[in-house]
Amino acid sequence: MEIKVPAKAGTMESNDIYIMIQPNDEGGIQLDLESIVMAQFGKQIKETILATLEELDVKDAHIIAKDRGALDYTIRARIETAVKRAI
Amino acid sequence: MKNVLGREIPESIQGYGTVKPFKGAFESLGNVEKKSVQLRSIVPGESKILSSIREAMEKCNIKDGMTISFHHHLRNGDYVLNMVLEEVANMGLKDIKVAASSIFPIHAPLVEHMRNGTVTGIYANYMSGPVAEAISRGELKNPAIMHTHGGRARAIQAGDLKIDIAFIASPTCDSYGNINGVQGPAACGSLGYAIPDALYADKTVAITDNLVPYPASPIEITQEYIDYIVEVDSIGDPKGIVSGTTRITRDPVGLKIAKMTSQVIEASGLLKDGFSFQTGAGGTSLAVAAYVKELMKEKEIVGSFAAGGITGYIVDMFEEGLFKSLFDVQCFDLKAVESYRDNKNHQGMSASMYGNPHNKGAVVNNLDVMILGATEIDTDFNVNVTTGSNGMIMGGSGGHSDTAAGAKLSIVVTQLMRGRLPIIVDSVTTVTTPGESIDVLVTERGIAVNPQRQDLIEKLKDTNLPVMTIEELKEMAEEMTGIPEKIQLDDKIVAVVEYRDGTVIDVVRKIKD
Amino acid sequence: MERLRRTMLFMPGNNPSMLQSAGILGADSVILDLEDAVSITEKDSARILVRNAIKNINFYDTEVVVRINPLSSGFGIKDIEEVARVKPDALMVAKATEEDISTVCGMLEKIEEEEGFEKGSIKLFPLIETAYGIENISSIIASSYRVIGVLLGAEDLTADLGIKRTREGEEIFYARNKVASVCRAYKISAIDTPFADMDDIEGFKKDIQKAKSLGLTGKAAINPRQIDTIHEIFAPSLEEIDYAKRVMKATEEAKKEGIGVFSLDGKMVDAPIIARAEDILKNARLAGLL
Repeated sequence: MEIKVPAKAGTMESNDIYIMIQPNDEGGIQLDLESIVMAQFGKQIKETILATLEELDVKDAHIIAKDRGALDYTIRARIETAVKRAI
Repeated sequence: MKNVLGREIPESIQGYGTVKPFKGAFESLGNVEKKSVQLRSIVPGESKILSSIREAMEKCNIKDGMTISFHHHLRNGDYVLNMVLEEVANMGLKDIKVAASSIFPIHAPLVEHMRNGTVTGIYANYMSGPVAEAISRGELKNPAIMHTHGGRARAIQAGDLKIDIAFIASPTCDSYGNINGVQGPAACGSLGYAIPDALYADKTVAITDNLVPYPASPIEITQEYIDYIVEVDSIGDPKGIVSGTTRITRDPVGLKIAKMTSQVIEASGLLKDGFSFQTGAGGTSLAVAAYVKELMKEKEIVGSFAAGGITGYIVDMFEEGLFKSLFDVQCFDLKAVESYRDNKNHQGMSASMYGNPHNKGAVVNNLDVMILGATEIDTDFNVNVTTGSNGMIMGGSGGHSDTAAGAKLSIVVTQLMRGRLPIIVDSVTTVTTPGESIDVLVTERGIAVNPQRQDLIEKLKDTNLPVMTIEELKEMAEEMTGIPEKIQLDDKIVAVVEYRDGTVIDVVRKIKD
Repeated sequence: MERLRRTMLFMPGNNPSMLQSAGILGADSVILDLEDAVSITEKDSARILVRNAIKNINFYDTEVVVRINPLSSGFGIKDIEEVARVKPDALMVAKATEEDISTVCGMLEKIEEEEGFEKGSIKLFPLIETAYGIENISSIIASSYRVIGVLLGAEDLTADLGIKRTREGEEIFYARNKVASVCRAYKISAIDTPFADMDDIEGFKKDIQKAKSLGLTGKAAINPRQIDTIHEIFAPSLEEIDYAKRVMKATEEAKKEGIGVFSLDGKMVDAPIIARAEDILKNARLAGLL
């Protein structure tokens, strides 16, 4: 799926994640992640985001994610929502 | 070396000295000695009132390297510690050790004193805010020493913590040094934590903003322990004195935990006439009290006493006749202050009477049920309330280890996860309280009983409470959160966690930025 | 599976914290709400979040119902497409008409076949909240074999009737009777409208008692703190259980002795009394009181 317009999903409330997605002119996935559990879960959150993008067949995008302790199901849901809003 | 809990601790720590390793909750007690106190007699005609903190320090012969102490009843509204240290810095003193029973965000100016070498050592039972963070980052020269409330009293009494000058924030003080905490603009109630300092410090200075004619009434700390008195404009902000957490939670998950906890207490068989109880001031702990209250009323049970830091909520139970007496080491709100002032069955206790393990019996030894919190708990039931899961200091035992060791039934109440962080881990970041003192863990998704309490496991079998192993609970959380990665810490030791008997239960290492 | 449905707890569909704790709050059913609790701009995100939550979160024994948007809104159809594929226990259809129920039923037939679910495994819960709904409740229920209960929505209903909603609830007396009577006829759950004022505990208790006395079988909750009170009132009382046990025992004995009609405490025991006793004991068993 091609990211055509900037879009947002999620909230900054606890257990949620706020996602901003926009086209990436340089190509590929650029992910800027902030998380309150970066030390313990940063790697897993990144993997979840990248896996979700791959499932949605998104190849080029710039993603800014601000995580407030979201579980994987929420991360996947917010990425999917942001992508669907951006195509 | 490893202590009995398997914590890796050096045999000697620079800036601390030789380590006596923790051996078990009651393994290092027995015959003990109290230190003797040097004092200067005051003769008729001498005045104790001085014009400034500076003058008091000069009269006390303050010198580089000395230890000065503070108590924390004014909590995050305390002005006294900052006031005194500002003067210490102005005098150009170096290498001062600060023994504050607790340190709060308001004490942020202490960070600068640490950086410039004015203060090189800190003793505290609890610390949160900028000072705790600076210590975690390695900005204090020597490792901080973290005590328990009872352990601090023990350390002072045994001479392990020698106080050169104690500064007593005094809501009311008369002209000859009789102090109480129930009158004056900064009334805070019981002064229980200040009592060991007053009794054992070489010099004791009362700092007050309510100097009254002799004699004050009531008297909590008596004139015989006070060398000097200094009057200041204000010793503290009443708004910061009242703890912000003394409301029953409205969070449905917290309420569910509280309700299950009350059912555990009921099933334990301890809930009968003469019942004794202590709970913290956190929202979930107070909700436990609310459910226990309902059960006591329903079964017409009259308890013996409630103890600890006292909240208005516990006062309500007391006034409704559910407890015959209260033992109060600090008041958490104005309602508690008023009750402590007006009701003779609302009794004060010193930190030593409360939890000192060297005593001929502390109040914690008579507790039936204690409700405790946890930042982390491991599968051996060891509890961390000292550091956050990122390794940063954000608390400390306070009375946690003391009450857990004393109570017949110590219950840790916590959500199974906080945000994405699971609370049950293989090994806690820092051990505050040993697992042998913890009997039950109650979370919203299940209850785990320490396997050493088979009797309790049997009793809970007759209920429909969701009892499982702590490992099962841990897996349940990790199914939702995933398994957290271990955090990386520096090797440098920034704090030594002393168990109540003075042995080292764990160390805190510097966080990596 | 036979289950109690004393409480159905509404949970906003776009809130991860609430969804995660939905299964542990003690409600018999939770209603994950895609309708009123979700703003018009977040319908898409709530739908996806609820779908993922059902797939991944353990709700334990709690029945999971999803309230979808009205079909007329355009969101409703999308809700079904997304959410039915993770097999919630039931869908709640807002402002349901006969046509809506049969449309949803038809869509579910197709989805169940595509996903390999057992036919009819996803149930339906019409929300009766219009005058039309009240007057046609019987034919709405009859529009699909999937209907397992009805929720009475008093706020929208009184608005539709052009009357004021009051604390005492006299204005919904007829609606409650109608819902209770028709649902009992179909042997499905009759769930009462929620009570909004969290501070009026006495009013809340009276409201629950009224619903129970009119024959409704459960009540919707909008706050987890309402659950215990509803359960207490809807649970058979210890006296009721005790009496029911004695009725059953006397019935056994009478049967053994070949007596057709007998009396207990000076009152004749006949078939309706025995049926009521059986019903009480069944509910007590489901509530864990036996």
